[in-house]
Amino acid sequence: MIGPVAQILESWNYLVVIALMMGGLFIVISQNNLVKKLVGLAIFQTSVFIFYISVGKMAGGTAPILTDGPETLYSNPLPHVLILTAIVVGVATTALGLALVLRIHAAFGSIEDDEVLAMKAEAAEPRARRGGDMGDAV
Amino acid sequence: MAGYVTNLLLLALLVFILVLVIRTRRLFPVVVLAGAYSLVSAAMFVNLDAVDVAFTEAAVGAGISTVLFLAAMAYLPGIEKTPPEAKGIGHILPALIICIIAGLLLVAAAIELPPVGDPTAPPHVHVAPRYLEESGSFLHIPNVVTTVLASYRGFDTFGEVVVVFTAGLGVLVLLAGFTRTARIAKSGKTGIDGGEGDDA
Repeated sequence: MIGPVAQILESWNYLVVIALMMGGLFIVISQNNLVKKLVGLAIFQTSVFIFYISVGKMAGGTAPILTDGPETLYSNPLPHVLILTAIVVGVATTALGLALVLRIHAAFGSIEDDEVLAMKAEAAEPRARRGGDMGDAV
Repeated sequence: MAGYVTNLLLLALLVFILVLVIRTRRLFPVVVLAGAYSLVSAAMFVNLDAVDVAFTEAAVGAGISTVLFLAAMAYLPGIEKTPPEAKGIGHILPALIICIIAGLLLVAAAIELPPVGDPTAPPHVHVAPRYLEESGSFLHIPNVVTTVLASYRGFDTFGEVVVVFTAGLGVLVLLAGFTRTARIAKSGKTGIDGGEGDDA
């Protein structure tokens, strides 16, 4: 119905959100540092929130809090409800992830995943186990 | 129109913060930047009419998350050892290819979506109008988000509480005796349990 440029401008939010999501994914895959991986995960998550809220936006609408005016246009409350739940669950997963990183640091003395993997491979090579700590964590 | 421009500026700010996160090596700035990312997205939520989401994101995403990260950082090294870029292009190329392919697929799908704010878009014509029209006279709570969260979808919210409880339980189990283990590991380096390692 409209030209491609207008179409891109109309769905601009979606395109930038996709770029942000892929940036978060890139951090999760490429970085070795576990804390940075968790930050990447949080960024990915927040970008998905922005996507949902953009879907719920109504042009000329207002926040979905009922007023007396009969003809008021409200934005869609359903994505808001979904994302409220997701934000709280996101913090729960972040806390769990950080607890795991703390245990990994206690067991291996490093939070770089390549180093941890190398240490694990080294520990598995000779059958002898060095101390209980490493066995507990694996 | 002003809302549209604000939207674009905030999105640009988010992209800027993301690039900084990728390029920063010290972890303290990375964590603070993640908090800033949450806060800017909370500003975006206000602009997109999601006020409840905005203050939850500002309090929980930018507040509690950052505090959790900082608390964990107290026990962790403060700098990333070697950034993957320093190890040569071979280390980041696979990640880059995966992200670009996934991104292009998502763009191909997103182009077909109805434009942001279109009143005839499918999400706006299905169940949302019913909530907006009937919940006021039915339950007498002006905030529709609260109505749906606590009343229409109360079981959902109950499930969320269970998830948070389970995560809290998991953190407690993982960190039980954590400080003790850390102390033993430290004393191990000074040679107190050196005998244990010898028989290996």
